[in-house]
Amino acid sequence: MRIKCPHCGERSLDEFSYYGDATLRRPEVNDQDANLLAKFTDYVYLRDNPAGQHQELWQHQFGCRAWLVVTRDTNSHLMTEVTAAAQKGEAA
Amino acid sequence: MKYSWKTLLQQGLNGHKGWPAQWRSPEPQPQYDVIIIGAGGHGLGTAYYLARKYGVTRVAVLERGWLGGGNTGRNTTIIRSNYLFEESGKLYNHAVNLWDTLAQELNYNVMYSPRGVMMLTHTIHDKQVAQRHLHANRLGGIDSEWLTPDQVKEFCPPINLRPDLRYPVLGATLQRRGGTARHDAVAWGYARAADALGVDIIQNCEVTAILRGQGGAVTGVETSRGPIKAKKIGVVAAGHTSHVMAMAGVRMPLESFPLQALVSEPVKPIFPCVVMSNTIHAYISQSDKGELVIGAGTDQYGSYSQTGGLHINQHTLEAICELFPQFRRMKMMRNWGGIVDVTVDRSPIIGKTPVANLFVNCGWGTGGFKATPGSADVFAATIAKGELHPIAAPFSLDRFRTGRLIDEGAAAAVAH
Repeated sequence: MRIKCPHCGERSLDEFSYYGDATLRRPEVNDQDANLLAKFTDYVYLRDNPAGQHQELWQHQFGCRAWLVVTRDTNSHLMTEVTAAAQKGEAA
Repeated sequence: MKYSWKTLLQQGLNGHKGWPAQWRSPEPQPQYDVIIIGAGGHGLGTAYYLARKYGVTRVAVLERGWLGGGNTGRNTTIIRSNYLFEESGKLYNHAVNLWDTLAQELNYNVMYSPRGVMMLTHTIHDKQVAQRHLHANRLGGIDSEWLTPDQVKEFCPPINLRPDLRYPVLGATLQRRGGTARHDAVAWGYARAADALGVDIIQNCEVTAILRGQGGAVTGVETSRGPIKAKKIGVVAAGHTSHVMAMAGVRMPLESFPLQALVSEPVKPIFPCVVMSNTIHAYISQSDKGELVIGAGTDQYGSYSQTGGLHINQHTLEAICELFPQFRRMKMMRNWGGIVDVTVDRSPIIGKTPVANLFVNCGWGTGGFKATPGSADVFAATIAKGELHPIAAPFSLDRFRTGRLIDEGAAAAVAH
């Protein structure tokens, strides 16, 4: 598997580290929210774990060190999109 | 037909033409008391114990492919119970106790061979942690002992003890009751025994929806072979659990990864035990066919392709070739992967779900085979009684909310 880093071009998988689902969002902390525990449990532990399209975070650890959002098919490993997380406005 | 030397003799005299099929291939009935989704070892075992021990005989096991075709037929068949925490120890030891007499109970040779599982240590820190682990096991009633390097060599003569290895062998823990079993025979044995008790095993039957009634409780499933009603449903779908549970609107704390194994060409008996090393990542044993059975790791990223990354195998083979240099010239015959469902604490999930009458047994990750009989028994008890079996109770889905995780991240050599 190779990942096309938007900064460095197509590079070997060995240079990248995987950080899981990129669509998760940390819940807003609000002391009045009775469901806060449930929301954080969902955020920390629950995953869609799809067989198919998956948006996921990778870091080009042994390259430019940028965080990337990769759209990959978990059956075929086909990558349809690789974007710099910063460009997507992601706080990684 | 009871298998015995008498039937073997009779069949032999008949030219082996009279052996009956080991299980039926029935059409699904319109309704069952319990439907088990997934005909791997855990699912078939659950059906067997439901019928045999807990008096629930109107049971169907639905399987999308063929029985025992998933991780049951893809693992490296290692059995042991030397997990660190008391909860895990009880669960895996329950399984080891059942392994002891499983062949007799099922009247099926599952080839359980308690040949000993040795876990190597390579650094001082390794050694200290292993000994602490060993004593925790002994306090928990799990057999475990320490072997010095000389004793390691005596127990496993092929091992390389040279001190100039990058990671020399400084000793090992040994669980003598650990060993291996024939994985296919476990699925087939449970299938045959469950079928004889009236359980319907329905292969090539994919569940496409989980049906719910008023109040949300499950009422049955929609399948590729039509709708089937059920009072209770048990999901035992390993790497595909997330999708099956999504049919009932339940999100799971699981991620699926491919886990690989490979076997060598068959050779004469050379390897007497199971050797694992967590530090340099190696699993090796020899099957009764003579193949060296080698376990590799999981891919770093989620995937449903049953072929993992090749570099994962290379990493394992580097360790094997260092520990057993004489295997360097052996040919590897086959390499494959299975999709394992991994929880964040590397412990399984057994029990109830937020949906009434829907039960789940999953999250066995990289180490489910060893637990097959124990997992099946406590899951069957949980389904039959509608309350958690005491051994299963700590492994409920609820632990992710309460924070009572059972962190067995260091229990396996598989790098998580």
